[in-house]
Amino acid sequence: MSFVYLDNAATSFPKPPQVVEAIAHFLTHIGANAGRSGHRLSIEAGRIVYQTREALAELFHISDPLRIVFGHNVTEMLNLVLTGFLRPGDHVITSSMEHNSVMRPLRALEREGVEVSVIPCSPEGLLEPAEIEKAIRPNTRLIVLNHASNVTGTILPVKEAGEIAHRHGIFLLVDAAQTAGVYPIDVEADKIDFLAFTGHKGLLGPTGTGGLYIGPRVPLEELRPLKRGGTGSRSELEEQPDFLPDKYESGTQNAAGLAGLEAGVRFVLERGVEEIRSHELELTARILEGLSSIKGVKVYGPSDLSLRVGIVSFNVEGMEPSEVALRLDEEFGIMCRPGLHCAPSAHRTIGTFPKGTVRFAPGIFNTAEEVEKAVEAVRKIARR
Amino acid sequence: MEYGVVVFYSTSWALKAEKVAKEGGFEVKLIPTPRQISSDCGTALRFRWEDREALLALLESKGVRIEGVHKI
Ligand SMILES: Cc1ncc(COP(=O)(O)O)c(C=O)c1O
Repeated sequence: MSFVYLDNAATSFPKPPQVVEAIAHFLTHIGANAGRSGHRLSIEAGRIVYQTREALAELFHISDPLRIVFGHNVTEMLNLVLTGFLRPGDHVITSSMEHNSVMRPLRALEREGVEVSVIPCSPEGLLEPAEIEKAIRPNTRLIVLNHASNVTGTILPVKEAGEIAHRHGIFLLVDAAQTAGVYPIDVEADKIDFLAFTGHKGLLGPTGTGGLYIGPRVPLEELRPLKRGGTGSRSELEEQPDFLPDKYESGTQNAAGLAGLEAGVRFVLERGVEEIRSHELELTARILEGLSSIKGVKVYGPSDLSLRVGIVSFNVEGMEPSEVALRLDEEFGIMCRPGLHCAPSAHRTIGTFPKGTVRFAPGIFNTAEEVEKAVEAVRKIARR
Repeated sequence: MEYGVVVFYSTSWALKAEKVAKEGGFEVKLIPTPRQISSDCGTALRFRWEDREALLALLESKGVRIEGVHKI
């Protein structure tokens, strides 16, 4: 049986061969600890980490690559900002479409005295920007939004949220897990103060890589690091350095992973985000059209393709999502993700809690034939 | 040829300085920080001493933080 991988929203696969080569090259020929020792291999490792910052800076229109700090995934970076920037008595606004990587830290902070407002989205996952502005209070400090939902693919109005944040002198944190590499992002035009991203999805890098852009409006003295420790800089001090990126990058970096991430981002830059997006939307349109034509299948999310990334959630009447996914895998070799997708609030919003949905998420390496095969498989499953 | 080095608080800054300097047409090289110079950052940027003023002005204009400058 040939396999079809339609789980790119969980992690992208396959990776471009350049990514694998860059990691192998790093581990074979460089291997040293970036930014620690000053010998040629350490400098070379540091240079690779720096080049990864540069590639990401180009992709997101960031003028200073040293405003990007690296970590292990977007979850870590979201935790950094939420727990490091919010204090008891502060108010934070978010949407009902968020992933648990935002919701769980917020619920924990709520118990410590941070006020949390969750703006309800429509059943398609759409957020009305005016509702954000209405929720602002004198003690509001931060707006946090996912750029696109990992359940429905719905794009949230990040640019409008950025304008609102600036107008009110507060800050915007964007969870770009589902948009980085597949949807245009411009931190200046979109007025994004914190852009958190993960390396292993649309950026086509390996797992264990992620990062955070910290904009110039952010007062660093008010953003506590998540961890403190060795940075290879200012070792005479027992205090954490106060400058970027070292303040937030304690401990040895995943330099081998970042070498792979650089290659992934370069691949995206060469192919072009617009071209990747149009490929994914073409596949998404086929999936939407195909699934909508099947009796007993319900698809979720906005019908307007321009409001989506390449993610389609659906259900087959009378069947559990896990059962559909198991049959897709066992009988047809189609890999996807059923259930709640770590986003119970989003499923409540679209009316699929606690059952969840089946999710197809095509990527840059999927073909029209593959998604047709997946649609036909659902047709057969739904018929019985 | 007489050389100097710029030392930094962090290798990330040294790498940024290297990039900025090369783009500005300066002949520079990242080297291990010479032993006599006390800096924790193991990487220093070597440059031609005659370029000193122009290079430092460029680094400053690009917002590169430096720890110090030494003749070697
Ligand atoms: C919207 C969103 N936020 C956060 C995450 C968490 O990503 P990671 O597991 O890489 O931290 C994901 C993916 O699982 C996601 O889709």
